[in-house]
Amino acid sequence: MDKRMTAAEVVAELRDGMTIGIGGWGARRKPMALVREILRSDLSDLTIVAYGGPDVGLLCAAGKVRKVVYGFVSLDVIALDGHFRKARQTGAIEAMELDEGMLQWGLYAASLRLPFLPIRAGLASDVERINPDIRTIRSPYPDDELLLAMPALPLDVALCHVDHCDAGGNGQILGPDPYFDDVFCGAAKRRFVSCEKVVPTESFAEHGSFHTLVLNRTHVDGVIEAPFGAHPTACAPGYGIDAEHLQTYSAAAKQTDDWQAYRQQFVDVDGEAAYLEAVGGAERVSAIPQAIF
Amino acid sequence: MSADFELVDLCIAACADDFADKGEVLASGTGVVPRLAAGVAKLGSNPALLMTDGECTFVAEPVPIGPRGDYRVKPENWIPFRKIFDLVWGGRRHFMTTPTQLDRHGTPNISCIGDWAQPKAQLLGVRGVPGNTINHSTAYFVAAHSKRTFVEKVDMASGAGNDPQRWAPGVRRDFHRLTRCVTNLCVMDFGGSGGTLRIVSLHPGASVEQVRENTGFELEVADDLAETRAPTGQELDLIHRLDPHGQRAGVIRG
Repeated sequence: MDKRMTAAEVVAELRDGMTIGIGGWGARRKPMALVREILRSDLSDLTIVAYGGPDVGLLCAAGKVRKVVYGFVSLDVIALDGHFRKARQTGAIEAMELDEGMLQWGLYAASLRLPFLPIRAGLASDVERINPDIRTIRSPYPDDELLLAMPALPLDVALCHVDHCDAGGNGQILGPDPYFDDVFCGAAKRRFVSCEKVVPTESFAEHGSFHTLVLNRTHVDGVIEAPFGAHPTACAPGYGIDAEHLQTYSAAAKQTDDWQAYRQQFVDVDGEAAYLEAVGGAERVSAIPQAIF
Repeated sequence: MSADFELVDLCIAACADDFADKGEVLASGTGVVPRLAAGVAKLGSNPALLMTDGECTFVAEPVPIGPRGDYRVKPENWIPFRKIFDLVWGGRRHFMTTPTQLDRHGTPNISCIGDWAQPKAQLLGVRGVPGNTINHSTAYFVAAHSKRTFVEKVDMASGAGNDPQRWAPGVRRDFHRLTRCVTNLCVMDFGGSGGTLRIVSLHPGASVEQVRENTGFELEVADDLAETRAPTGQELDLIHRLDPHGQRAGVIRG
């Protein structure tokens, strides 16, 4: 079983209008190499589902997005993403704003092939008002409680980034938090996982305990080797959030010219090797410390 | 303030009091003051509290804020985001945060300013606030008591407050509890009519008139209105230990 492929081959499988879930959390362990490949493509009209960070902001800035489904969009070390803010404030995108747990539940329902899962989050708030399609449901038991019926959020595609994969699609996460990557993969028809390094299956144990093997082969259709593929987000323990880069990136939302300059310097480059050079090279990125929260 | 402490220290102590009676729960404070308050409570009034390193490690002692130098966190357990959600939904948490807007019923907004459909200012989004506020106790800290924060109507209800209009019949309400709101002028609880904000103590030098002038709705006053207590020497020691770089100095301006 060999699921290795290139980022370009991943993007060739994507279509306009698709719903794409992106793993990671804020500015942590985002499949940015795959996102950059989308930025370089002709794709448009995408619905992006994420615990959002610069993945969401970049896709918005590049005009790839029709709708964002999110609990938040934040750069972690910088509270707000300038490009996402601009897209919302100019009405350039549709939005489905959810409680973080509702987002998890929607993906989890999709992964279990359930139409919905009951939840309390969202009730007694405006989350109901801004999501008029989300229904409530009465408990069929004597408690008769009124609950929110979080609808399944099925994805056409999930994109994630992990530390190691084997060629067959087992994924190893060495960082402290798996976030919801397995749930994103569970909710999607096609799942593409980039990794710092493709390793032989028998070497997983040298890097971490069984508990680090978060994704199994049923979760993954394609494996893409992408060293530093999460930059400018973190891939702990390897490298931290590139706060300096994110500052430049987010500030580029202010003027169209600034975005074009950012795009020219960091997006429209000749592949990921050129990108790595543009952001200071492997040595610099490897030395970025983990953020302190 | 006396020479011994600053207004922000008094606010931290007032916030710490809110963690004292919460038992063995995750003490979450977002922002410098709530986080220091949780740490002060854990090392003082309520050692049973659980705290994290701000990411996904439960720590045996609160981590000082800012650059850590030689300090090593003392891990006690593992708490990735999904397990935080489980704790939240199970009610094993007390949360203190700073809303962008708050109405008299304690309805918070952290999402956006203006009409949600196309906001004047997009902020964070609702994050976990809907789930937090409906599942466990919640408190607020506001560094600048003003009509910009305390508004008649929030632009977006990012979570549950005490407004009965927002609670449909059949929604379970007994897990929801708003405890207090500490500002740079006073401490309020939700003992006003219908669970609305009410001044329970004024910080030294603040007046009821001043608080009311800076609040965008009518504010009740407790019969036994008091002066907010000063932080104790032990609390001040803990505050210094947990904030070695003095980040709290920038919280309250003017």
